[in-house]
Amino acid sequence: MTAALSDALAVTGRNLRRIRREPEVLFFSTVQPIIFVLLFRYVFGGAIKIPGLSYVDFLMPGIFVQTTAFASTGTGVALADDLSKGIIDRFRSLPMARSAVLAGRSLSDLARILFTVLVMVVVGVAVGLRFHQGLAKAVAAIALVAFFGFAFTWISAWIGLSVKTVEAANLAGFVWLFPLTFASSAFAPVNTMPGWLQAFAKATPVTPTVDAVRALINGGPTARPLLISLCWLVAITAVFSTLAVRKYRSIS
Amino acid sequence: MDAVVVQDLVKTYGPTRALDGVSLTVPEGTVLGLLGPNGAGKTTAVRVLTTLLRPDSGSATVAGIDVLKDPAAVRRTIGLAGQYAAVDDKLTGAENLRLVGKLYHLPKQQIAARADELLARFDLVEAGGRVVKTYSGGMRRRLDLAGALVNKPRVLFLDEPTTGLDPRSRLGLWEVLEDLVADGTTLLLTTQYLEEADRLADRIVVIDRGRVIAEGTSDSLKDEVGGSVLVVRAADPPQTEQAREVLARFGEVTDLTGGELQVQGGSVDLVRKAATALAKAGVEITDLALRRPTLDDVFLQLTGHAAEDEEGAA
Ligand SMILES: Nc1ncnc2c1ncn2[C@@H]1O[C@H](COP(=O)(O)OP(=O)(O)O)[C@@H](O)[C@H]1O
Ligand SMILES: [Mg+2]
Repeated sequence: MTAALSDALAVTGRNLRRIRREPEVLFFSTVQPIIFVLLFRYVFGGAIKIPGLSYVDFLMPGIFVQTTAFASTGTGVALADDLSKGIIDRFRSLPMARSAVLAGRSLSDLARILFTVLVMVVVGVAVGLRFHQGLAKAVAAIALVAFFGFAFTWISAWIGLSVKTVEAANLAGFVWLFPLTFASSAFAPVNTMPGWLQAFAKATPVTPTVDAVRALINGGPTARPLLISLCWLVAITAVFSTLAVRKYRSIS
Repeated sequence: MDAVVVQDLVKTYGPTRALDGVSLTVPEGTVLGLLGPNGAGKTTAVRVLTTLLRPDSGSATVAGIDVLKDPAAVRRTIGLAGQYAAVDDKLTGAENLRLVGKLYHLPKQQIAARADELLARFDLVEAGGRVVKTYSGGMRRRLDLAGALVNKPRVLFLDEPTTGLDPRSRLGLWEVLEDLVADGTTLLLTTQYLEEADRLADRIVVIDRGRVIAEGTSDSLKDEVGGSVLVVRAADPPQTEQAREVLARFGEVTDLTGGELQVQGGSVDLVRKAATALAKAGVEITDLALRRPTLDDVFLQLTGHAAEDEEGAA
């Protein structure tokens, strides 16, 4: 057990070191959401009226969730990279815990995602976001966003280990996240959408998570979206970590 | 005692029999050269022995440990440098080695010392603090090899350690390997070069299409191939036919790709006699040379097909 932990931490350290060696990657991964914030806040925001809420307060929870979803794709890309460069084979030939590669990956990516979210919090506050419900709920909101990112890194890990090349992991990891995150309550109220789209938006993990984060920041009914969101995230984590671990074990 | 014992390994990929019943042994403290062309099954064999791949059938032990029953124990005993250097581009050389040391669970205070010792041994002291991205191909290979030695393995597996290296780096790596072997490490190395097996290996096992087709010392293999050969290239096809008749007097003539003719049992004496006979017969030749047997010759002799056309023949 202690060996498994120290192996996972060794791999985590290696991954974080790689991230630090490429600050430009981290930098540009925050540029895209910042552009989205500016676009929605200042270009579209004026046209979207939210009853009883300023648009920036409505928008930022959606941005947080979308940003972590996009950031989670890095997990699969990194695993596919390690796989194609023979690094995973090297690890597999060492007497280390089998779980360490994936555990280390998800730990380091959780740290990376948390960093990205905190950058977005700063950006949000700069364009007018306020945490109206106090510190404890603000922390809970950020924790929920991080959990969302963590759950999605397991989907990404499974994709990356399945497709095995960086290019494919990039594409396969990304395309489906666009419709998933836009067709949700992230950028506009769901009840303004056509019926069929509302049905879709309500059936994904994105909408309840955004609603819960929004409620934790701005107030309003919290328990129901939070509960639905947590169920989703626990289920995603359970299913996709199992799939990813199984995929990892079958590598040969 | 045998450090590696392989019995009847079979591994198939769809219709491809990557390993088709391979058996071999490597006595402790010796070097085995696993020689074969591209696609022969060398990497597959190494991957089975280093616990990366489960065979369809057959068995193998490394340092007396069953590879299939106790892979974790095998991993503690071996070192592996795969066909492509598996080093982390974005870490420094020293960081790469320290990470491997950590994952071998070396005592904390030994990790840095062991990394420094290996950097020194592989002439990477200056480069040790630079990220691997800046390394040359030869340096990456040396670092990869250093990584395989972190745990002072009893049995070392090297998959085509010098493929893709320039001649100078290759020579440098050979010297390093010779030192290693002098220390008593058992080594199984794969190669496509007869010259490399010749220089490093005590015994050579030749494989082709997943099967062992010959084994012995490099001398015994060369004897089997018939030592040096005489290669003659005539000016044009009609001349080639004439040359063939003349050369048939000296031994069996085989066709090489590109219209060259080859006569077994080449010697300086044969060169003189063949040149004289060809001149007397008025055959116009553009090249006449004595060639030491190459892997191609070994294959031509042992399998009846050249190493390169294995794809088309399969
Ligand atoms: N993962 C794989 N999937 C399908 N075929 C494979 C795979 N690995 C190896 N092969 C095939 O098995 C044969 C032996 O391959 P390999 O052991 O890599 O040969 P070598 O290392 O001697 O070049 C080749 O025909 C190769 O194409
Ligand atoms: Mg190979």
